[in-house]
This record gives sequence, structure tokens and C-alpha cells, in this order.
Amino acid sequence: MQTPTNAHMYPADPTHPAHPVHLAAELRLPTNALDYTILGIYFVVVLGIGFAARRSVKTTLDFFLSGRSLPAWITGLAFISANLAATEILGMAANSAQYGAYTVHWYWIGAIPAMVFLGLVMMPFYYGSKVRSVPEFLLLRFDKWAHLLSSVLFAFAAILIAGVNLYALAIVVEALLGWPQWVAIVVAGFFVLAYITLGGLSSAIYNEVLQFFVILAALIPLSVLGLKAVDGWDGLTDSLKASHGDDFVTAWGGTGIGSDNPLGANWLTIVLGLGFVLSFGYWTTNFAEVQRALSAKNLSAAQRTPLIAAYPKVFIVFLVMIPGLVAAVLVPEIGTSDSDLQYNDAIPYLMQELLPNGVLGIAVTGLLAAFMAGMAANISSFNTVFTTDIWARYVVLGREDAYYVRFGRLITAIGVMASIGTAFLASSFSNIMSYLQTLFSFFNVPMFVVFIVGMFWKRASVKSGFWGLLAGTTAAMVNYFVLYKQDIIGIPTDQGANFVSAIAGFVAGAVVMVAVSLFTAPKPAEELQGLVYGTVSPGMAEPPAAGDDAWYRRPALLGWGAVILAAACYIPFSF
Amino acid sequence: MSEQFEPDEHAEAAERLRRAGYSDADLQREIIELEEKSATAARIFDLRRIIGGLFVLYGVILTITGLTNSDAEIDKAQGININLWTGLGMLALGIFFLAWLWLRPAAHPTPTLPPEAVEGEGPRGG
Repeated sequence: MQTPTNAHMYPADPTHPAHPVHLAAELRLPTNALDYTILGIYFVVVLGIGFAARRSVKTTLDFFLSGRSLPAWITGLAFISANLAATEILGMAANSAQYGAYTVHWYWIGAIPAMVFLGLVMMPFYYGSKVRSVPEFLLLRFDKWAHLLSSVLFAFAAILIAGVNLYALAIVVEALLGWPQWVAIVVAGFFVLAYITLGGLSSAIYNEVLQFFVILAALIPLSVLGLKAVDGWDGLTDSLKASHGDDFVTAWGGTGIGSDNPLGANWLTIVLGLGFVLSFGYWTTNFAEVQRALSAKNLSAAQRTPLIAAYPKVFIVFLVMIPGLVAAVLVPEIGTSDSDLQYNDAIPYLMQELLPNGVLGIAVTGLLAAFMAGMAANISSFNTVFTTDIWARYVVLGREDAYYVRFGRLITAIGVMASIGTAFLASSFSNIMSYLQTLFSFFNVPMFVVFIVGMFWKRASVKSGFWGLLAGTTAAMVNYFVLYKQDIIGIPTDQGANFVSAIAGFVAGAVVMVAVSLFTAPKPAEELQGLVYGTVSPGMAEPPAAGDDAWYRRPALLGWGAVILAAACYIPFSF
Repeated sequence: MSEQFEPDEHAEAAERLRRAGYSDADLQREIIELEEKSATAARIFDLRRIIGGLFVLYGVILTITGLTNSDAEIDKAQGININLWTGLGMLALGIFFLAWLWLRPAAHPTPTLPPEAVEGEGPRGG
């Protein structure tokens, strides 16, 4: 949800600005006692993890960063899971049903390079400087103003995003299981509240890893049966070429500048807007993601966190794209006024059509788990930023550590309540999804430009951080609300507009940072150790743990391997 | 087991935060202090046990369901006994995690905690 990759969870057709978000009412799933048993077992395990993790929480570091002690495979799978929220799953299937194989761009160019960059280039600075959050890095590199602005923006965005996850969960549960929306919101909110308040980040991360495997157990059978239903991959592509044209099953067909394609974007905006600015902004500076890597047990494990996540990410696209494409074959009129089904219904529709009780219960559990994990990722990053970056830094300073653990638990509860509030708020705006998706590009992109300039240009002055952040945010908003919404420049879709907003925010932020830096004093070199590329801090010098020098644990090999794999995956989709 | 600071330490900590140049060195010191008191490494349970247990349970449920499924359920799933296959797959994953746990139990972390903080603790994952 929080990723720019699923800006089309609820595609806002410009001609239908009030695009309804509810799923088709006849999607009610034929669940029985067996399915509910499977779901019930999952909820018990979720709470059990919370209680069991509780005894590991002693300090704020335990509560907010799992004591910086988790192994790389756990943080890596949690990293991918925090992104693999159910809105991503439903939204990417919707994307595929609507736009076809263009969906692969959100994975292979829109995720892998940024994840590898985070692991290989940025993680030594994040982890080595021992910051507890992304805003805290800005405090060290720039000043209080950049820190406070980024903390407040992040906390605000996290609660809104958590609320949208909760609301999306409620509408899906209502459509599929028939629960009233408020029941689903309160139940899911309660479980997330319980396990994070009890076990802190460890509990959130453990549940994310569990969710990763359950969602795979749901999506793999669904994709296999979907392919069987349309006579395999060849049958699928032949049908789609016949009904939607040849470009529908290619990644780059029709993306020449000036040529027309349903995505409303050309190769340049895909590569620059999605592949560089939006994707790097999301993956490298969104604290809900980076927090998972910061909880790793050493620098090597922290570096490997996004790299281990990159490998499943390369292949997960097939598990969301295939159901979307299959739905486009089985229901050719999906998403149009001739059908009750919307693009978002692709996966629920296939669940209803293909899955017998049992696997159906797994699939429902996987979706609910994914919604809860998406919300929990935002809540667990929100409570960290609010406590360590805002409360402990500007409001109540210098109290004993146990006080901030108690406060962290309290603010978790308040955050969940606030998300329930924003969930009900979301329910009163029928198309808030697409707007919120756009807001994420406002929040992530300016943060990224401030990071990238601050990390690679040591002359960037103390004051430039705040002004760059402010200018970038403003420029992205102006592009979206004024230039695009008022039709001053012609961009065919929200998708295309998001890409352009991202580029505008990036350029404005960078220009302002350079300008401000030229007129203000640089930070003294001795205060930049470990914060700027080419410098080293004591935290980076820690010796590798035993076994971390094995060839398959070398970050450079893992990282370049993922990039080559993603590039190779493009080959069959390029001709 | 409380780590209450002495009052003058409080004031000192607050002063450190208020100071304009809060630097990487201050943060490094703060985090190293917290890492020494942290309990996660010593006390967190092993996730492999949970994943293994849940997937074995789910695998058994689905496999039994698959074995008793009627033709109607199999026809719905395009002629594939999907409950059986998914059940076996989940069972295999569950067994993999339990086997991994059994073959490579988590090493007991180097004790950074004072002995009384881990009293009565078995090896991590117990």
C-alpha cells in the first residue's frame, strides 16, 4: 500500500473521478467451518507470538529495533513482507488485468535496483551510524529542522497509510466474508495493537515472516489453477494477444516517446520516474522498510536484508500478474461497465471460482495476514519515530529508558486508535486510495533527494536539508494538484502524473539544496564522519561475525546477482 | 531489574540532547549502552519453531482434506486435487524449518547481559 508501486490499487479513471472502491457484492466466498478453523489458528499464533516476544523487551532498543539482534533471513523476509501488503497483492493483480505485462516494471526496474543500492551503498551509513530511524540520520547529517520536519511528515503519513490498509481490509472482508466493515476494522485493529504493544518490533517482524509464507501458500495454488484454466502460459498469451493486442503481453511495447499505451507513460518516465526517483525514494528512505534492516544483528546482516528480499521480489510479480492476466481472459469485460467485476476483483474472483474449501481458508488467511502486516509495519515504524524522534527529542527529554518503553506502548495504542479513525475517514471518500497513493510519492521522493545529496555531496550545508525537503514536497504537490489536476499540462493518467510529480519533486529538492548550500556554511568535516560517502564511522569498523565471509553471504555478489537476474527476466518480455 | 538513571545522569542526558551539535559520537555511545542492556538476543524465541509448527499443522489439515475431497471439489479446481498438493507442500516446508532448527540450533549469543539477567534461561529458542 505504502509503495508507489501500487498507485493503481484503485485506478482512478479521470473520467470517473469517484471510482467506487468496494468489491463486487457477489464475490462472497463459499467459506465453511474448515476455512474459519484455519483462520482461527492463525489469529491464535499471531497473539502467541506477541506474548512470547514480550519477555524479550527490556529496553527501548528491544521494543523499537529488536535490540539490533535479528538474523538476516528474518529481517530480509520481513523487509519483503512489509511491502507485500494485501493492497499490493490486490492492486498489482488489478494493474495486470488493466495494463498487462507492464506490471513487471514495478518489480524488475521499480524495486530491484533500489533494493540493491540500499544494501550495497546506503546501509553502511544507516547501520554504521547506529541511527534508530531514518529521520535520526537527517538529525546527524543536517539539523533539528530537517529532523523535525521529516519526523512529523513521516508520522503523519504512517498513520494515514495504516488507516487505508485497515479500511481496505474492511472492504475486502465485507465483500468476501460478509462481516460488517466496523467489525473487521475493530478486530484487525485489536490484533495489531495487541501484538505490537506486547512484543514491539520483534513481534511485528516475526508475524511478517510468517505472513510471507502463508501468502505464498495462497498465491502459488491460485496461479497454478489459473494457468490450468486458460490452457497454460501459451494459452494465456495467445488469448490476450487476440483480445488486447500484442503489446499487452510485453514489457516495453508501445512505450516509445509520443506513442500511445494504456499506462500513459513512456520509457523515459518509466526509467526515471518509476525506476529511479519513486522507487529509490520508497525503498531507500521509507522507514517502514529501512527499520527492518536496522534491526539486523550486524552490518553484514543489515546489508543483506534488502538483498535477500530482492530474490523473492523478482519472482513474486508472477504470482500477482498471472491471476490478473487470467482474470482478464476469463472475464474479458472486467473493469468496464459491462461487468460487475472491477480490476481489483481479479484475485478474489479467482479464489471464488477455483479454490475449494481448505486452500480457500489459506488464501483468506493470507490476505488478512497481509493486510494486518501492512498496517503493523506502519504502526511499528510510527511508534519508533514518534517516541525516539519527536517525544524523546523535543518534548520529554532525558527520562529513564523504561519510561520511553512505556511511552512507546502507549503511543502504539494511540496510533492504532488514530488509524481506526483514519480508516473511517477513508471510508467516507470513495476515491481516497488513488489520492493517498499519490501522497506517498510526495513524502518519499523529497526525503530521498535530501538523502542522496546529503550522503554523496559533503559540501551540502546544514541548512540545505530542511529547505530541500520543503521545496521537494511542495514541488511534487504543486505538480499534482495544480499542473495535473487543473489540466495545465496534459498527462493521461494518475500513473503518469505520479511519475512526473516524482521527477519534479526530485529536481526541485536538488536545486534548492545546491542553491542553499552555496550561500550557507558547510558542516565541519569532523562531524561528517560516517555520514557522507567516502568517510568511515566507528560503527562500520565492526568485525564480521563468524561465517559472514562465506561467498554466498557477500553483499556485492548477492546484490549484483539480483540485478542480473532481474535484467535477465526482462528478456522474454521484451520481444 | 530497573535501569533508572541517577538524577544527575538524567540532567546530563537531557543536556546532551539539547546541545546544538548532537553528533554521531553521542549517538554511538547511547546505542552501545542500550545494546549492552538489550534482552532480545538472549530471550527471543526461535521463529523457525513457529513457522515449522504452523505449517506442519496446516499441511496435515489440508492433506487430510485433500484425501477426503469429493469429485466436485476436484472439478472446481480444474481437475487438480489442490488441497492435497498444497497440503503436502506446506507439510514439506514445515518439516524443512523443523529440520533446520534441529540440525542448526541457534548459537547461544555471547553473553552481553549480566548473568542475573538471563537466569534460568536455556539456549535461545527454548
